[in-house]
Amino acid sequence: MSENNLMSPNSAPHSDVEDIKIRSNYLRGKLAEVLEDRITASIPEDENRLMKFHGSYMQDDRDLRNERKKQKLEPAYQFMLRVRAPGGVVTPDQWLMMDRISQAYGNGTIRLTTRQSFQLHGVLKWNMKKTIQEVHQSMLTTLAACGDVNRNVMCNPNPHQSEIHAEVYQWACRLSEHLEPQTRAYHEIWLDGEKVAESPDGVEQEPIYGKVYLPRKFKIGLAVPPSNDVDVFSQDLGFIAIVEDGKLAGFNVAVGGGMGMTHGDVKTYPQIAQVIGFCTPEQVIEVAEKTVTIQRDYGDRSVRKHARFKYTIDDRGIDWFIAELTRRTGWELEPAKAYYFENHGDRYGWVKGSGGKWHFTLFIENGRIKDDPDYPLMTGLREIAKLHTGDFRLTANQNLIIANVTSAKKKKLEELIGKFGLTDGARYTSLRRNSMACVALPTCGLAMAESERYLPTLLDKVEKLLEENGLREEEIVIRMTGCPNGCARPALAELSFIGKAPGKYNMYLGGGFAGERLNKLYKENIGETEILDSLQELFARYAKERHEGEHFGDFTIRAGYVKEVRAGQDFHA
Amino acid sequence: MELQVTNSPFNQEQAELLNRLLPTLSELQRLWLSGYLTALHGGAATVPVGTGIQQAGGAAVSAQPVPVKAITKEVTVLFGSQTGNSNGLAKKLAKLLQERGFSVQLTSMGDFKPNTLKKIENLFIVVSTHGDGEPPDSAIPFYEFLHSKRAPQLEGTRYSVLALGDTSYEFFCQTGKDFDKRLAELGAKAIVPRVDCDVDFEEPASAWMSQVVTALTDSAAQEVGPPQTGAAIGSAPSLAVSDAEPAYSRSRPFQAEVLENLNLNGRGSERETRHLEISLEGSNLRYEPGDSLGVYPQNHPQLVDELIEAAGWKADEIVTLGKTGETAPLREALLRQYEITVLTKPLVTQIAELSGNTGLKELIEPEQAEKLKAYLQDRDLLDLIRDFGLKGISAAELTGLLRKIPPRLYSIASSQKAVPDEVHITVRAVRYEANGRNRYGVCSVQLAERLAPGDSLPVFIQHNPNFKLPENPETPIIMIGPGTGVAPFRAFLSEREETGATGKTWLFYGDQRFSTDFLYQVEWQRWLKEGVLTRMDVAFSRDSEQKVYVQHRMLEKSRELYAWLQDGAAVYICGDEKKMAHDVHAALTAILEREGGLSPEEASEYLTRMQQQKRYQRDVY
Repeated sequence: MSENNLMSPNSAPHSDVEDIKIRSNYLRGKLAEVLEDRITASIPEDENRLMKFHGSYMQDDRDLRNERKKQKLEPAYQFMLRVRAPGGVVTPDQWLMMDRISQAYGNGTIRLTTRQSFQLHGVLKWNMKKTIQEVHQSMLTTLAACGDVNRNVMCNPNPHQSEIHAEVYQWACRLSEHLEPQTRAYHEIWLDGEKVAESPDGVEQEPIYGKVYLPRKFKIGLAVPPSNDVDVFSQDLGFIAIVEDGKLAGFNVAVGGGMGMTHGDVKTYPQIAQVIGFCTPEQVIEVAEKTVTIQRDYGDRSVRKHARFKYTIDDRGIDWFIAELTRRTGWELEPAKAYYFENHGDRYGWVKGSGGKWHFTLFIENGRIKDDPDYPLMTGLREIAKLHTGDFRLTANQNLIIANVTSAKKKKLEELIGKFGLTDGARYTSLRRNSMACVALPTCGLAMAESERYLPTLLDKVEKLLEENGLREEEIVIRMTGCPNGCARPALAELSFIGKAPGKYNMYLGGGFAGERLNKLYKENIGETEILDSLQELFARYAKERHEGEHFGDFTIRAGYVKEVRAGQDFHA
Repeated sequence: MELQVTNSPFNQEQAELLNRLLPTLSELQRLWLSGYLTALHGGAATVPVGTGIQQAGGAAVSAQPVPVKAITKEVTVLFGSQTGNSNGLAKKLAKLLQERGFSVQLTSMGDFKPNTLKKIENLFIVVSTHGDGEPPDSAIPFYEFLHSKRAPQLEGTRYSVLALGDTSYEFFCQTGKDFDKRLAELGAKAIVPRVDCDVDFEEPASAWMSQVVTALTDSAAQEVGPPQTGAAIGSAPSLAVSDAEPAYSRSRPFQAEVLENLNLNGRGSERETRHLEISLEGSNLRYEPGDSLGVYPQNHPQLVDELIEAAGWKADEIVTLGKTGETAPLREALLRQYEITVLTKPLVTQIAELSGNTGLKELIEPEQAEKLKAYLQDRDLLDLIRDFGLKGISAAELTGLLRKIPPRLYSIASSQKAVPDEVHITVRAVRYEANGRNRYGVCSVQLAERLAPGDSLPVFIQHNPNFKLPENPETPIIMIGPGTGVAPFRAFLSEREETGATGKTWLFYGDQRFSTDFLYQVEWQRWLKEGVLTRMDVAFSRDSEQKVYVQHRMLEKSRELYAWLQDGAAVYICGDEKKMAHDVHAALTAILEREGGLSPEEASEYLTRMQQQKRYQRDVY
């Protein structure tokens, strides 16, 4: 192939990150060396770029920044470590390992992410190696959990719900494995693996990615209708399972979704993926690989804000992409098949699946596993993991399924669930059960405002408004992020808040209940009082004027609060 | 007429000495001196024509030989100093004697050549004691020589010893006592009895100096022959501070304004280490890296109040302070004047006698020595009064027994070249629980809790010639300073940055935790980046399962460290004496053995040599 790995649509010089990747010798750089530097808990920016590919990046406790500066101490540098598993499926032993390393090396909590991964916060540089080794020993990995590569492959998290689910999960695992970076750097740096002589030909080491990897991160998700819990339209590449005659016929292929944007830059926007056709299960790997290589060759390598796959497609047109994909595969996709999504939330509580096994979906507020004095969630889950013979499933909505429970064990687990007061969320409003927030302050370097630490207290107040308006049981999807990069996929919520400054948020309305439609800016830069005032008016009208079964997002469009957004290009219009 | 370098054959120092000496001489003394000098040259003193000395007017009288016995007025003052107190006192004595016409050789024991000992006729020793009765580092070689078989007989030597110490230690003034005893054994004659000084040494030290001056001048006068009349000689010597002394000193501290006072330990630390920036503006105080800042603390108001209550005193009762006759309300006196946080054997003995308390009297019986020792540990006056129910002793009586609150010395953490009007110190707040009560470091906790920017603090500079950067700016230096021991190295590096010194620098630092206890972290990082600090190794004991300390890091780097030593590097150690300094010394020995192939004895000699060359200096406490 003659494609230029550094091709740039606007022929501008490539960004410095591209240089770092090229120089890195397949993600090595000086990582091993800077990890040994004991004078600082930080690593240089170049190495931090590479660290991402290994599943981690540097943060600092922003609450302490000014205070420590005065104390002549460097910022409280620490590392976020992301542990991935396709579809979020882990064993009880793996759960116990995560629990252990979070206590030993992290801040004593675990964060379940919106991409069905684990995050540890607060890992110090000198503990990184030990931590990653423990992860590796328990057959999980951090490799490619961040960085300009294919990220954790998402999948409806309960393969035991039906035979179809199990089959789709297998494809998720194969996709994940196929697109994993091949470099030995991970083994050398973290696992004391032997050094492999440098290959002169990059293709040998990274047959798919090449030596510069992708221009930006790349995300794949597989949905099994009617649940769109993985937000398939937010993915760079989405697969929608199509079932015919009780069998998995194949997948509709959706391309070009993505959440991130930059405040004040209308050339950046969230986008929903477009369905371009259908492929059989056996064709999934090839579709994914060729799509990735197209993005590798045509993605923008000069402006990182413009480097996601959605812009490659939007700039060149969907027809161009389909033609290029056809050229690379040598065959055409079939026309897309009909499908229907009901929602993109989770079902809580006990569900009986195929094979007579039971599954309990636990509500985890914002995905944070920790012990509070009045809610020993972490301890409870540890005790359950010690007993549990099935597995755990991390959902795309940051919740947790205790899955694959035999009828015999169910009673025991129910006792533990009762003992520790673990909740399926029934005690909360539907709004809270359908809420998501990103981590934001104090660890996230990008955060402009609070999110995880603030949403629960905001919801306390919003819930009062809902109750006043008789909407307590109404399912409304609400999401909050501390910046516009979109970790909690805010652009697909019916109601969302994106941080602009401390205490100030942009408020968005009109997302589709099943994650099929983007929302739109309603009010800009508002504080809590104005948020609550706005919601009071909205809820009052919604309670009074909604049609039978009409969702909140749909209502806000019909009532004229915001215009419907059909594609990302309309988001700022 | 003043002698100057330009109008005399003398150098600056000689000219100054002569200028100071000549005006104090009586007519008789001048005559005697003139004869003496002539006699010294066998009567053949010929002064070349045209040199300035002839123009020195009355100072150089006609060289008429005076037939008197040429007796020596040569005096040697030897000091063994760790923190600079002995050094300062020795200087003061030397000056007093010089002002009275003596030829004084003032020498640190570390620089003293033992083979000249036998020739000394008048020997005065000022020496401190450390830890469990040990001599100061620089005094060890001389101490060992004197106690060895090689020590000469000293029948012709007259001497006296001024010993510095602290009565709260078991082996109070032991080094001074040892010197005294050994000199006597060697046949030397004590012309003034040894004086042992406690931490408030000023008064007894001055008294000792007066005695020395009197004894020497008396004997000198006797040997001169003619009776003395009227002149200064023989009369009570004045110990007045001369004009050349800085205006502010230990006995006259400067009230310095605090500019900054912050905690260097991050949240979650078990430590609290204060960084203080103190203004010296208007004080004329000068210091060099390695010097210390003396701080006069105040007792904790709460402790003072509890003490007054326990003893049944009245806070506003007027008591007399020391011998000066000044008075103050009791509470004020206890806050500022007296040490109330340390119990010493002499104090307990005196209180036992004063109170007649049976329990206390039992405790000071000789056979109870071990029990008493244990009791003195981590207890204070309040404990004593409570434990023995000591009511009814008058405040005046008791305060009369108390020591003056001694100043605390802190290694200076700044270079005056970088901050001309400031001095910085690094102080760890000492807090612990013992014998059922929370205990506090008097000074450190005052600085941590009761001193805000804008407040003032009585301070002085304590020079420490035993902890100085190499004169040669190219000499590499290895600095070992865990915890607050790192303070002087901040001064060293700041100084080297200001002077543009090119010598390599290597710092070993350690504490409990990297995240919270890395004192001055961003400053070392900057100096590393800019090359002022060549390399740095750190050990954080609580960050790993196995405790790692600076000596472990030194051993890990033994090859490079040895290479630095072979390149002439000077080694500096600052911090805890008991454990750290000992372990670091052992590590250095091990490195010399391992990398240099030396035997244990050779390694020890190597370090002793380094000490003599001032390449191995310690500021330990």
